[in-house]
Amino acid sequence: MSSRDIILAQVRVNQPPASDLPKVPLFAADLPSPWPQFQASLRRMGGQILDCPDGVNLNALLSQHFPQAKIIASVVPEVTGNFSVLQGEDPHRLAEVDVAVVRARFAVAETGSVCFTEQELVVNALAYLAQHLVVLLDVNEIVGNLHQAYQRAEFQMARYTVLHSGPSATADIEGTLVHGAQGVRSLSVIAYQRLPNVV
Amino acid sequence: MKPVDQSAAADEFIADVQHERFHDHHLWDLRKGRDQARDHIPEWEMLRQLASDIKAHTLTHLADYLEEFERKATANGVQVHWAQDAQEHNRIVGEIFAARQVKTVIKSKSMLTDECQMRPYLAERGITVIESDLGERIQQLDDDQPPSHIVVPAVHKLRGDVAKLFARTIDSDPNNDDPKVLSEAGRQSLRPHFLAADAGMTGANYLIAETGSFVVCTNEGNADISANLPPLHVASVGIEKLIPRIEDLGVFIRLLSRSALGSPITQYTSHFRAPRDGGEMHIVLVDNGRSARLGMADFWTSLKCIRCGACMNTCPVYRRSGGLSYGSVYPGPIGVILNPAIDLHRYRALPFASTMNGSCTSVCPVKINIHEQIYQWRRIISEKQELPLLRRTALDVAAKVLASPALFRRVIAGVDQISREFPRALIYNPLNAWGLQREIPDAPKATFHQWWAKNRGADHE
Repeated sequence: MSSRDIILAQVRVNQPPASDLPKVPLFAADLPSPWPQFQASLRRMGGQILDCPDGVNLNALLSQHFPQAKIIASVVPEVTGNFSVLQGEDPHRLAEVDVAVVRARFAVAETGSVCFTEQELVVNALAYLAQHLVVLLDVNEIVGNLHQAYQRAEFQMARYTVLHSGPSATADIEGTLVHGAQGVRSLSVIAYQRLPNVV
Repeated sequence: MKPVDQSAAADEFIADVQHERFHDHHLWDLRKGRDQARDHIPEWEMLRQLASDIKAHTLTHLADYLEEFERKATANGVQVHWAQDAQEHNRIVGEIFAARQVKTVIKSKSMLTDECQMRPYLAERGITVIESDLGERIQQLDDDQPPSHIVVPAVHKLRGDVAKLFARTIDSDPNNDDPKVLSEAGRQSLRPHFLAADAGMTGANYLIAETGSFVVCTNEGNADISANLPPLHVASVGIEKLIPRIEDLGVFIRLLSRSALGSPITQYTSHFRAPRDGGEMHIVLVDNGRSARLGMADFWTSLKCIRCGACMNTCPVYRRSGGLSYGSVYPGPIGVILNPAIDLHRYRALPFASTMNGSCTSVCPVKINIHEQIYQWRRIISEKQELPLLRRTALDVAAKVLASPALFRRVIAGVDQISREFPRALIYNPLNAWGLQREIPDAPKATFHQWWAKNRGADHE
């Protein structure tokens, strides 16, 4: 017998008497207004909101917030950037990126999370190797809590789906919170409506 | 192997007052953070019940769900392996790496690979494994010390310890012990390892049968880089980590980080379903004693554990004795009930490292009856004659005394007299464990029984 069959046989012999699988409620009654709640949660997780008044050019806004940034890799049509990210390329090249600009698939108000799949990231490692991450979010695409988030099709369909809740963080040395542990040093969200012709 | 002497190891930790005090206070802060997080969720107790029930259902149908998981994962292009024990796990991982000429591996925190002693095994075969979680990396740099806590592996160290260690190992400034500076030094020293690694390894917090996917929760993003940068990703996971459906994740993700550190979620919650373009993904499903524990009527619910560490943060014994004193990858209350199932002789002292206050049980997000299982282990250890001599003798005497009311009254009166009249040196000696770290309370002038006979005896007898 293979190890697989031995393990499964032993599990079957030892399984305690069957119990039922409960239904999981959505706990969606009385949820606070999504956008204000999202902002509060994101700040708590160490992320920031960049205000983008109507008519302000996104490229200008970014160079104002990241004056030191030499390499800006944008995978959204709204921002130009100066570094191309190509599907299927070797992710190691992304190690030199200072700022990466990505659009969130959706967001979760409860936890201040933004969601990406491999489609938004183009190359998954982009969201970790860059020094700073800037996220465009359509405020109409915020769900109230994690139960609602897990109703979304991405978790069934995408190869990789990730919830980012603020920047990389550690508190491994005497419990002191430090941002920029291994991944990005900062995560900034800009409320910016999805272009109608971009899926 | 020699039995772990938790109490003696704890004495070493306690001897350093600064370390003990920080450890105690910091972990209690995490416990308080957990309470505050709970207070923000009106349905908290419902979530705990749901989590416990989902795990119970999964574990009582585990074989079917494992098969479903394997089927779905395979269909997604993931290669699934099965390991009966630690040795087989290490052999499988070693073979995957050997076949692809892997020399360096960047690995995120995984209690399971520590449980399997994988690093030394691979090292003997010329494969270097670098820990990418800062806390775990600190432990690795410190002469391969094991983690002392399952969520914050280096929590027993103070900033000065890390400054000295980093100065010695990664050439940082020995005179700068600012945690921000030290964390940055850690980041800078790990970055080249991420970029140079031939393969990445992670564990998993949850396996989902419905989709054949798995979830990894970290704050540093280290698992995401390990998984998304090198062309090969190997995940080692215990078979008890399964849950049936994606929707079940809502319950567990809401509970995990809140129970662990008090934060609503970890910074990164990654769902891996299939390898990326040009990448390769393997999952090693590990039993290593889990299926046997499933058959232990009093102990199988310990398999519900989601490794949040809440029981450690709240445990008065763990907070004051330090995780390394447990001599196991799994310290604290959960380790106290997991380890004896693995090796009763070696871990026979652990169930006595508890005050039985039940705090571990009340904070457990999946409602494991931890303190009741601790009690059950004490019974087994006593029945199997695994008690140390001093404790066995004391309990034999206690059994005789407690069995006879007349003898009990004579002994109590005698002990009270001794504690009133004997010199301190005779009372506070190594044979009296109760007097080691505390003052014995003043004995009353009369026992309750004497008081009753004098004041009420005539009316009621």
